[in-house]
Amino acid sequence: MAEFFQQIWDSFFQTSSESPGAIAYLVAAVIHCVLIIHVVAVGALIFIWMERKISGRIQDRLGPTRVGGAFGWLQTLADGIKLIAKEDITPKDADAMLFKAAPYVGFAASYCAYIALPFSDGWVAQHMNTAVFFILAVLGIEVFSPILAGYASGSKWSLFGAMREAAQVVSYEVPLGMCVVVPCMICGTLNLVTIGNMQAGSFTNWLAFNDPFTFIVACVYFTCATASVNRAPFDLAEAESELVAGFHTEYSGLRWSFFFMAEYGSMFLVSGLAAILFFGGWHGPIPIAEPIAGVLSLVVEPLLNFGRYVVGFVVGDLGQVTEGVVATQIANLMGCLNFLVKGTIGVTVMMWVRWTLPRLRIDQVMTTCLKYCVPIAAFGFLGALVWQVNDLPTSNDMPVIGKNRFEVRESWVYQAEKELRTTSGDQKSSPDDQQPPFDPHQATGSTELVPQGAFVMKGGAR
Amino acid sequence: MMLLAAFDFDWHAFFFMFFALLTCGFALAVLFTSNIVRMAFYLILSLGASAGLFFLAGAEFVGAMQLMIYVGGTLVLLIFGVMLTAQSRFVTMKTSSGEWVMALVLGGALLFLLLTAAFRVGDWRTGHPNPANVGLAESKTTTQIGMGFTGVRVDKLDAPEGSTLVSGMSGYLLPFVIVSVHLLVVLVGAAYMARTKRRASSAGVGA
Repeated sequence: MAEFFQQIWDSFFQTSSESPGAIAYLVAAVIHCVLIIHVVAVGALIFIWMERKISGRIQDRLGPTRVGGAFGWLQTLADGIKLIAKEDITPKDADAMLFKAAPYVGFAASYCAYIALPFSDGWVAQHMNTAVFFILAVLGIEVFSPILAGYASGSKWSLFGAMREAAQVVSYEVPLGMCVVVPCMICGTLNLVTIGNMQAGSFTNWLAFNDPFTFIVACVYFTCATASVNRAPFDLAEAESELVAGFHTEYSGLRWSFFFMAEYGSMFLVSGLAAILFFGGWHGPIPIAEPIAGVLSLVVEPLLNFGRYVVGFVVGDLGQVTEGVVATQIANLMGCLNFLVKGTIGVTVMMWVRWTLPRLRIDQVMTTCLKYCVPIAAFGFLGALVWQVNDLPTSNDMPVIGKNRFEVRESWVYQAEKELRTTSGDQKSSPDDQQPPFDPHQATGSTELVPQGAFVMKGGAR
Repeated sequence: MMLLAAFDFDWHAFFFMFFALLTCGFALAVLFTSNIVRMAFYLILSLGASAGLFFLAGAEFVGAMQLMIYVGGTLVLLIFGVMLTAQSRFVTMKTSSGEWVMALVLGGALLFLLLTAAFRVGDWRTGHPNPANVGLAESKTTTQIGMGFTGVRVDKLDAPEGSTLVSGMSGYLLPFVIVSVHLLVVLVGAAYMARTKRRASSAGVGA
């Protein structure tokens, strides 16, 4: 994106520069920040409304009906205004500095993790090579928010909530990490954009349906993700029937709402991560985005060209839109919508679970993690590994659907091996000159591999 | 336009200074606080800022590792331990003057060692690099680290045969395996100790 702004800058001031300058980076950074803030804040607005409606329907009520029309869709905004107007109270016994800082820690961590989360092919604030790892690391920091809040409040209910939260989150990081390793192992990369692109094509290509073990792992991942973002039935840290409100007992007003923004932000984050790792990311179940984008671009491209022609009178000749860019960007936009829908489905499932299952006891939470989730995740990991190594058939090999076998399983090691096989097949004349089993030069060079011949949307906005 | 162009400064150096100041400032804050949990909080910020330095240098993997192990792991356990063992509400630490002197001597020795080592690095003593040549660091270090752990030194492939690399001995496979086994033993030992304690106490209650 910085390159894009530098291009505009250059065309405007008639300069030319090889790499983007500070201004271009600044503009790009501000745009990314504002977009992510809106994903978190507006997302929380919508998800809280959804939660009210869904919980209402599950309990045979209507939920909010008055503010903003029949569906009460402005209810959260009204709540927000109420929260801003509330008095900001700091208890007498509290450690004031930590008490005030705690809500922002959680929000900052939740927000920070979005930096590495791609919303479509290349639509990511910072295209990281180790995005999965980064997101897990930053999500681990989020636990400080309840811990500090609970400790600094100077209230025993808060402290109990914080201790439960610490024990729970530290335990659930183990199975969560194990589950996340499986897609990384199958794709051979920690890069979320590459993992998403490897699942192009029909839904049979999604990693959850790669083999039975990955499906189990996907289920375990979702359970652990629900626990790690502290949602019911794992919301021991704020169990209102036992601990008043747990770690946020002493909070009021806007500070209190920051905890919830962080919670809904991380709910969407882990759902989005599940969508990318297991459910095809920004690729729909049926590959129709590309033809639709092609047809749409036939209309949009002339319009854009006309717009550039008109604007060109003011700022100088802008030239034509590059061929194919419009189609890819439309396809990316549809991919983004796909991704948002998948993330929202994940959040909805979390809400459904919350209003269906009763809360677990703290020992049951620990048992679920250590005696069930960890062994099942380890079993799924081993099973997926055996499946992968033995090259067993995936759902994509099914005779009816699988006419185009995309290269899900061709991670870079396989790719390098394949290339070596073909090259060594050409050089049969010198059998003494044996090549090593695989060449690290190629392996390092091709970590960015995307499947050949697959439905690939090349991103423009990096 | 000239005004805007003046903004085109060396932002790489700026962010380096920014994160370095954050790291050092919060490290000093850790030193001068007496409340343990506040210390831990400042330590989070200090370690997080040093992770920022790693990200700035293009070492994403190391930066994320810093966040995951030190911030997300060690410090959570530290605060957890404080909360479990605290007798009063807010634990404060009182340092005697003798401890200050000891800490200053130890810390000063370490600082001296690090500074002398740092000033011996030849590349760090040359003048400023041309900012135009300093692009965004290519952050593709993960594969190299991983390959190094499995025994292939990607960074030394162009080294002449037999000069520094012995086949099969050049990577970090052996240390990696030793550390992994060590951690496994620690885990098993911790679980074993937790179990034996409980059994002994329950036996004592039964008797």
